[in-house]
Amino acid sequence: MTSDPLVIAGRAFNSRLVVGTGKYPSHAVMAEAHRASGADMVTVAVRRVNLTDKSKESLIDFIDRERIFILPNTAGCYTAEDAIRTARLGREVGLSNWVKLEVIGDEQTLFPDNVALLEATRVLVSEGFIVLPYTNDDPVICRKLEEAGAAAVMPLGAPIGSGLGIQNPNNIRIIKDQARVPVIVDAGVGTASDAAIAMELGVDGVLMNTAIALAGDPVAMARAMKLAVEAGRLAYRAGRIPMRPYASASSPLDGRITPVAAAAGGRSGV
Amino acid sequence: MTIRLNGEPFEIAGPVTISALLAELKIDSRIVAVEHNVVVVKRLQYDTTMIGEGDVIEIVRFVGGG
Repeated sequence: MTSDPLVIAGRAFNSRLVVGTGKYPSHAVMAEAHRASGADMVTVAVRRVNLTDKSKESLIDFIDRERIFILPNTAGCYTAEDAIRTARLGREVGLSNWVKLEVIGDEQTLFPDNVALLEATRVLVSEGFIVLPYTNDDPVICRKLEEAGAAAVMPLGAPIGSGLGIQNPNNIRIIKDQARVPVIVDAGVGTASDAAIAMELGVDGVLMNTAIALAGDPVAMARAMKLAVEAGRLAYRAGRIPMRPYASASSPLDGRITPVAAAAGGRSGV
Repeated sequence: MTIRLNGEPFEIAGPVTISALLAELKIDSRIVAVEHNVVVVKRLQYDTTMIGEGDVIEIVRFVGGG
């Protein structure tokens, strides 16, 4: 275990990067990207078994379950009731009581329906679930989710799959300042610098799928994200310098040679 | 009898248990979860849960997602 694990509900993870399992060119590429990412938690979706074509290889066979914790999601659910049903099904498949809770409120933006999300969180917490809700970058809803018993809060950086990066860094910072549970930026990351920026804001982790899965080289991008999350975390812990509008010289002012104008008595010889 | 299986009508001689339905469908019960009339069925209850005429069954598994 590293000296700086991500701890959620008493469970420690080596990596602060959580990755998805969707949209990869193949299961084999996904497995390789998972290795390169160093992630020890991955998300999966819960969907109907295809009854007419059962030949498809099983996703689970390509997840290293010795090393990787599987976090089922409720993606695609538009009501609290469906999200709760999906969470219960996911628990039964995966034999863990963790869920990445999504209740979607809008098809185009995939923004959450926070009213239904809060309701579903309360129900699932009462049923013993470890609930990690995907929500807006809104400090008030994050606080309400925490009060409802969420084990972490997962504000979006930008719309799912958009790759726009962290759209409201100040809100993310406020959410982190106020939260007493881990904060994981979930969605919106496009490239490595986005992940580093998220981590530099002080959040506890970053969750991403599309940025890796649909990159030109998913395995290389997975490694880039691993390094970016580590770099951002290190920079946050190191304590960055304050921003200032004017320069501050890095080299000493004392001991400089005499300026030419003074040395030459006003005559220019250079 | 006719049941509703993953959203489609499905004919099967019944009543049957969840275990028997999964066996009929050649589905490995270890990698799926089953919902019976909107209630999740625990694995341990597959042998004893009876499916009757008109029942609604959902069988799900993990797929790629974010």
